[in-house]
Amino acid sequence: FQGVSLFIANPFERLWFLGEEVVQSVWQPAGAVPAIPYDGQGLNPLLRHPGMIGHPPTLYLGFVGFVIPYAFAIAALVTGRGGEDTWIRTTRRWTLVAWLFLSIGLILGGRWAYDVLGWGGYWGWDPVENASFMPWLTGTAFLHSVMIQERRGMLKVWNMILIILTYSLVLFGTFITRSGVISSVHSFARSAIGPAFFAFISLTFLASLFLLFDRLKTLKSDNELDSLLSREAVFLLQNLLFLGITFATFWGTIFPMVSELVTGEKITVGPPFYNKVNGPLFAALVLTMGVAPLLAWRRQSATRLGRALWLPFVLAAAITSGLFLTGVRPVGALLGYWLVAFVGLTTLGEFGKGIKARMRHGENPAVALVYLLLRNRRRYGGYGVHLGVVMIALGVVGTNFFQQETQGLLRPGESLHLGGYTLTYETLRQYALEGGDRQVTEAQVSLYRDGKLLRHLRPHKDFFLSSGQPLSIPAVFSRPGEDVYVLLVAWEEVGPEGATFKVYLNPLVNWIWGGGLALIAGTLFAAWPGREAAPSWAAVRRPARSGAGVFG
Amino acid sequence: MKLWLVLLGLLLALTWLAGAVSAQSPVSDDQVNAIAKKLYCPVCENTPLDVCPTQACKDWRALIRQQLSQGWTEAQILDYFAANYGPGVLAQPPARGFTSLVWLLPVLGLAGGGLILWRLLRGWQARRLPPAAGVAEARLGPAGVSPELLDRIEREIEARF
Repeated sequence: FQGVSLFIANPFERLWFLGEEVVQSVWQPAGAVPAIPYDGQGLNPLLRHPGMIGHPPTLYLGFVGFVIPYAFAIAALVTGRGGEDTWIRTTRRWTLVAWLFLSIGLILGGRWAYDVLGWGGYWGWDPVENASFMPWLTGTAFLHSVMIQERRGMLKVWNMILIILTYSLVLFGTFITRSGVISSVHSFARSAIGPAFFAFISLTFLASLFLLFDRLKTLKSDNELDSLLSREAVFLLQNLLFLGITFATFWGTIFPMVSELVTGEKITVGPPFYNKVNGPLFAALVLTMGVAPLLAWRRQSATRLGRALWLPFVLAAAITSGLFLTGVRPVGALLGYWLVAFVGLTTLGEFGKGIKARMRHGENPAVALVYLLLRNRRRYGGYGVHLGVVMIALGVVGTNFFQQETQGLLRPGESLHLGGYTLTYETLRQYALEGGDRQVTEAQVSLYRDGKLLRHLRPHKDFFLSSGQPLSIPAVFSRPGEDVYVLLVAWEEVGPEGATFKVYLNPLVNWIWGGGLALIAGTLFAAWPGREAAPSWAAVRRPARSGAGVFG
Repeated sequence: MKLWLVLLGLLLALTWLAGAVSAQSPVSDDQVNAIAKKLYCPVCENTPLDVCPTQACKDWRALIRQQLSQGWTEAQILDYFAANYGPGVLAQPPARGFTSLVWLLPVLGLAGGGLILWRLLRGWQARRLPPAAGVAEARLGPAGVSPELLDRIEREIEARF
């Protein structure tokens, strides 16, 4: 920071009038007068949304929060104590909090895109979006993988790699967002610090890896893998999947740059690529999420696993068949629904098993649930987060496979039809807001279903005189099952011939926001300090010579 | 005089015919958008063509509308834009030449990672070292309990709960 401030771009510089010119300097130059610009253009209109109050700070907190586990990890490596899990236990809550804020930032960003960008979606696989998503991916893998080190003293090298990757991706994410090296709709600012930043990232990443390989001997596992069918093995699979998704996303993000460097041709890597590549990987990951809680540590017998799995499997298959019978046809959607049902049921099953166990002691189900949650915050908070992920997955399947849209020019009184809904154009209003700067063209439309009036909606097109920026704000009718999303199309003129409307039907999209809330609640619950024993710092060690085990 | 009327009638008929033909296949906005979705704006950054409000994009959409009314297929339209403005306007990177790497590398990476993992796991299973005595015992209880006993214990626990 000092280096950058002194030599490249100083954030503390102010503007001064020196004679006729405007100069930039931290301290007042001789004979200069402070230059106070006239009123600026105000916040970029695209950013005037409640989500934008939270999105930058939470993302930033998430990014910066990961410095703490990283710093402890490097310290553990340097002091040769990387093999102990002290650094993990100490930073567990910090990791959770950083992860929580990063998740909130991502969800708020998606919500903003949905409300304001006017294309009916919430995630565009834009380079800047990917830049904040990649540390989340490796951070989630890290969050889970450290459990293995705590319980079994394994995967120590993995955990180091994951936290080094997470931190490096945080730096890389900041680099992409601020330097403009990869073009993006999110580039709201440009800066000269690009090359210095790139050097910083490379240095950090390479130095960390070097340290890791130098201290590899201190990271020997305490235990071996007993069986391929065990929780440890499935966590390894989870790590592989997370890294696979991260790599695919990373490669897709930098490929336009690479392609331009190598062939001179600029290629666009958009949603079709990510859907095809990351889609199956995420599905596999969700499946892993459902099965892992059922796998015991060290060794899981296949028959007992089968006994635990068959009921959710069959129920999910029944639900999926039911959906097929009501007309759902795309194979990917059916698989997605089955997955959501299966994983939802296995996760809820964990709650059920716990409640049943407590009921053996005479508690009624409600009391059992409360005590179960309070006594096992970490575990059931985690399962709560998994349920949130399942809800988000449901929303993603719905919007990905079944989004419908239509567009048309309507004269007053004419209607558009989409998926059982009828949208009738009524009238148009034009007025100005914000002292004349914001010119609003507002259409009133009526939404009907089966002849019944549901709501009057008011999508509007705004034009900001000071910045010359147009904005198209949709009117949304929300139900748990779907959103009807109405736009006054930005590029078409509105006049006596009529107005052009675009209507999206977004099935199940509100499950994404609901799932996000569940995810946040679950994480808070898992991280909340309870009446736990203070972590003990001394590892329990018995002399290695007691070859006779407990059973002799 | 009669010739005049015949010519006028013919002209009117032709006009009506032309109107009828073009009215038979008006290209709807939805049809244009379906193709525009698969293209990206040449001017703005990372904006799909069906959403972009700039004049360049309006012109492109008008061009697509015209091509559709002339009976072009989707493949023809996409090829036209890729040929004239570069493959960067396609939303899905074509799997040709250097660009095929964008698809290949993730698959290879995943397969490679899976292979490494598999070899590691096999290696672990083959060696089967006894767990480090002492620390492991304090954490996990006795080693060397037979799998049948473990299974019986777990079954009895499950029967109770």
